[in-house]
Amino acid sequence: MNQPINAPQLPPPPLRRRWTGSRVTGHVLVALWAVAGAYLLYYLASNLLSSFVANYWDDYLEGVVITIQLVVMSILLGAVLSLPIALARSSRNIVLSSIAYTYVYFFRGTPLLAQTFLIYYGAGSFQPLFSDLGIWWFFRDAWYCAVFAFTLNTSAYQAEILRGSVQNVDRGQWEAASALGIRKGVTFWKVILPQALIVALRPYGNELILLIKGSAIASIITIYDLMGETRRAYSRSYDFQAYIWAAVLYLMVVETLRRIWEKLEIRLTRHLKRNG
Amino acid sequence: MTDAFTLLSFGSDGWGDEIARGTLITVSLALASLPFGLVIGFVVALGKKSDEPSLRTAANIYTTIFRGLPELLTLFLVYYGVQILLNKVYQLFVPGSFVDVNAFVAGMVALSMVFSAYASEAFLSAFRGIKQGQYEGGYALGLRRGQTLRLIVFPQLIRLALPALGNLWLILLKETALISVIGLDDLLRWSGIAARVTKEPFLFFGVACLIYLLLAMISSIGLTWIRTWAQRGEGLR
Repeated sequence: MNQPINAPQLPPPPLRRRWTGSRVTGHVLVALWAVAGAYLLYYLASNLLSSFVANYWDDYLEGVVITIQLVVMSILLGAVLSLPIALARSSRNIVLSSIAYTYVYFFRGTPLLAQTFLIYYGAGSFQPLFSDLGIWWFFRDAWYCAVFAFTLNTSAYQAEILRGSVQNVDRGQWEAASALGIRKGVTFWKVILPQALIVALRPYGNELILLIKGSAIASIITIYDLMGETRRAYSRSYDFQAYIWAAVLYLMVVETLRRIWEKLEIRLTRHLKRNG
Repeated sequence: MTDAFTLLSFGSDGWGDEIARGTLITVSLALASLPFGLVIGFVVALGKKSDEPSLRTAANIYTTIFRGLPELLTLFLVYYGVQILLNKVYQLFVPGSFVDVNAFVAGMVALSMVFSAYASEAFLSAFRGIKQGQYEGGYALGLRRGQTLRLIVFPQLIRLALPALGNLWLILLKETALISVIGLDDLLRWSGIAARVTKEPFLFFGVACLIYLLLAMISSIGLTWIRTWAQRGEGLR
């Protein structure tokens, strides 16, 4: 039994993991989720050839497309609108900044559903006026009203994200740019904004997901987005799987987006990571 | 056109008392969901910060589901799903009978589940703000795990989690508006009824929005007060 002195040492044996209370609970809970998931898969698979799927599958896909259109349009228009609001909010002019503050406070402090109702039904109070102005066609249409309401809502949130992230950029960046003789506007677009947007990436992602979930509200003002198609399918078939399919589709959309956003964030901030 | 003040007055010609009753329902729904959401959220956060991987997985699945689903869909899933489930169970014992799920309870369950999923994240990040030394100090004093958690970690945790939980409360208050869709007579539903009857939609939905704003303002004041109370031991910095 004479081993050479510098023989590789074996690692110590792994500690035996005991069945503590939390381990048992954890395994039971995971097992419960697994059973629920397996049952869900079985339920969906067994219904794949049912008449419900045959009848409504195309409607669901159309609903997904409508939801995505609604969200993309509102997010982009909201992003455009958020810029002047954020500028006004951080302006030194008291009138301008208090108007922007009130706007943001109103849209962040009231439910999206109430805002949508206020715009879609509330426009009816001004029908003669809007007809004279020639914009009644806009407020008569549920689709335009939904896009309008969501745009206003998300622009308030996006303005706050933008403002917060611009303020987060170090003052020295402004000073350095002005020392180099760069004008303020150029400094904002070329120096400050790119740095601010990196900070804003995560809140923007959250806002996008919140808007996708919030867009389900459009179904209440008769828009056939994913939720609207679901409600129609349920009211025609009285089959509960209508809601199950919607849940699966929404979860898929949101999870995919969240994963993509995570990858995007890692990619865009790779210059900030230190090696090792 | 009738005067706006007449329409909003209390009594038989005005809608003031109906709207006040709706506001009460809105507030009580939010207040009723809050404790369940907080407790479930705390338990889920404990699961997420546990050393046990299976417990973490179970907790993460819970938050993924309830943060990924639209609140409106969660509400429908609970409202119709629980109704179907309860009826199936009930009919095993009493054939031919029918139970109706209360819209208030369905809303409470759905809102607490959504709230707890977000609250667990708030608690989790608060847990991260508490140094390991606090636990070790507790164990060194001979306290058991539960006692350390209750007497040492929890008071600090509340302070760290309060800002995020305050935001979640404001979100919860707004989300109660969804309950009007399944027919509970809350603030938004009464405004809708009043708008349809009087043909003054802008007035009534505008008033509803202002009441929600007022509730948010009152909540902010209350939250500031709670935060000052929670930080009373910190002294001046």
